[in-house]
Amino acid sequence: MDTSTTLAPIDARDRGGPRQPLLIVRNLRKHFPIRSGVLGRVSAHVRAVDGVSFTVMKGETLGIVGESGCGKSTVARLLMRLLKPDGGEHIFDGEAVGEAGGISVAEMRRQVQMVFQDSASSLNPRMPVQGSVAFGPIAFGTPRDRALAQARQLLAKVGLDPVLYGGRYPHELSGGQKQRVNVARALALDPRMVILDEAVSALDKSIEAQVLNLLQALRRELQLTYVFISHDLSVVRWISDRVMVMYLGEVVEIGPSNAIYETPKHPYTRALLASRPALDPDNRRLEAPVSGDPPSPINPPSGCRFHTRCPFAEPVCSARAPALGEGDVMAHLAACHMQDAASGHSKAVREIRH
Amino acid sequence: MNASGKTGPLVEVEDLSVNFVTRESNVRAVNGVTFTMMPGEVLCVLGESGSGKSVTMRALMRLLPPKRSVITGKIRVAGEDVLAMSEAALRRMRGATVSMIFQEPMTAFDPVTRVGDQITEVIRLHRGVNQAAARQRALDLFELVRIPSAQQRLDAYPHELSGGLRQRAMIALALSCEPKLLLADEPTTALDATVQIQVLILLRRLQQELGMSVIFVTHDLGVAAEIADRVAVMYAGRVVESGPVRDVLRSPLHPYTAGLLASTVHDQPPGRDLETIPGAPPDMRNLPPGCSFAPRCSLAGDDCRTTTPPAIEAAPGRIARCLRVHAPEAALV
Repeated sequence: MDTSTTLAPIDARDRGGPRQPLLIVRNLRKHFPIRSGVLGRVSAHVRAVDGVSFTVMKGETLGIVGESGCGKSTVARLLMRLLKPDGGEHIFDGEAVGEAGGISVAEMRRQVQMVFQDSASSLNPRMPVQGSVAFGPIAFGTPRDRALAQARQLLAKVGLDPVLYGGRYPHELSGGQKQRVNVARALALDPRMVILDEAVSALDKSIEAQVLNLLQALRRELQLTYVFISHDLSVVRWISDRVMVMYLGEVVEIGPSNAIYETPKHPYTRALLASRPALDPDNRRLEAPVSGDPPSPINPPSGCRFHTRCPFAEPVCSARAPALGEGDVMAHLAACHMQDAASGHSKAVREIRH
Repeated sequence: MNASGKTGPLVEVEDLSVNFVTRESNVRAVNGVTFTMMPGEVLCVLGESGSGKSVTMRALMRLLPPKRSVITGKIRVAGEDVLAMSEAALRRMRGATVSMIFQEPMTAFDPVTRVGDQITEVIRLHRGVNQAAARQRALDLFELVRIPSAQQRLDAYPHELSGGLRQRAMIALALSCEPKLLLADEPTTALDATVQIQVLILLRRLQQELGMSVIFVTHDLGVAAEIADRVAVMYAGRVVESGPVRDVLRSPLHPYTAGLLASTVHDQPPGRDLETIPGAPPDMRNLPPGCSFAPRCSLAGDDCRTTTPPAIEAAPGRIARCLRVHAPEAALV
């Protein structure tokens, strides 16, 4: 993590100072009800996010990885308050979001912006792209002319010549160009944090690298904090300072990027890493690291949710849920009984390691 | 079947072009694709969106809309001329000689019919066996593709299966008539990482056990490395490079292949910019003259913008379409 190098000039909006995490989330929960029958009674819940805690320091990039249904996109929507959480604490730069005495949701949204996977559906098809970029500032009271002039500067910043592209409509741009517009639009309100939800996943590889370079350059220049959500482990490693691995609505492992990729602790993280194609025809994967699909988050398995697919599962794993534990921001934590000397798992670490 | 399918190539495609003609425009989706494929081979067609890889696959089975697409060139599969086939001959070929699997299995199955019944129906149609025998064959197929509790899963509707199981069921359906050639169009792209590797390993094992040929369309270099014997890289409707998978991935000849390899994120050191290919793929309605990659290529000269590069055999089995690649020894990295 390079927070020390990005501390430079202090933002006027900064409340807590450089040591105060920009974002603290504790025990965040979102359960979606499933209604069935003629009366539409709630018959079950999708436990999309089930007790998730993490922090994001100022100037760092936190990567979130996991497979479909792990809750990573729901976390993103909760952080933007596009969804109302069912429980948990949500603290932005030391102030509770949406609570008396804290920061209002509207004010938080000025400082946190989001870029989505589908570059087309997040732009108004009937508005020239410079209008889409200027839309947020105009809504927040910036005079129209000034907002448009800023929008054109932002388009130039993301690598689109405003003379050529500013007046075009989304359908006249390629996928990579549209995603650049979305990045410009996210930056229009001068946010402190940008949530990127699979923002490069739909792009072709040769375009993906261009947009990733752009995101890194913007982060350095504007001292942004990123939450980068992706299913692509290689991309997450390249861009992230720290990485959080999710499985069925829970955090199974979190830590500095290098630690997660070099010395993964959780069997699920190891399986994810070992599932990546090798890029070397002489070194092909001979066996799949785990079998089956991720189970449904409607009725997640008891105890450790990974026990149904884990090669090391023992009775304790289905009986009790392992805790992630606590540590400082840079701690490398894994929610696995094998990491807990007192769990009773036969392969548990013998002593507590640091 | 033609006897030449035994020893000669299974697939011969020569100068294949596909144009989609509408009132407003003429999209030149495939522009002179040539390749051959031996029985038992796995060929990966690698390319980005719009490169013409899926259109080439659909042309092999004549699945393109006949009124709007103009197909020229030659396609021979198992010795038969696909472009000259009657509707009846096409129906016999599809499924029995060539079969196809897709990215989204939900669209390949009828959502209101049990998956077992759909497979049984195909087997009865093609094989002319009775219901009980067809059902037994469907069960065998489900076991072949390693679907757990196969008997119960035959009675499931498509939406009741998970993504991975649905993809396995589609593979079972595609293999039901023992095709000589399986066309796989990005079949693992929509799957989760831990499931993708399972399906790749399954396809590789089935290909070896059944001795069938597979053409695997993908945009993912890693997937090609896992499954291919040979690779054909497509750009703007042309095969710009082809060769054995090791050679192409280790020492690419064409600047586009080299750029694609360099820009794919794979353990590059963080904090340093990724190498990129500048610009974007061309508009297929309005292709530039000469080499289609020239506007993005760092090695391009004036000659590249006027001359369409011919296919050059730079080494045995290695072909590239680039004016900077010379036969036989010079390799450009």
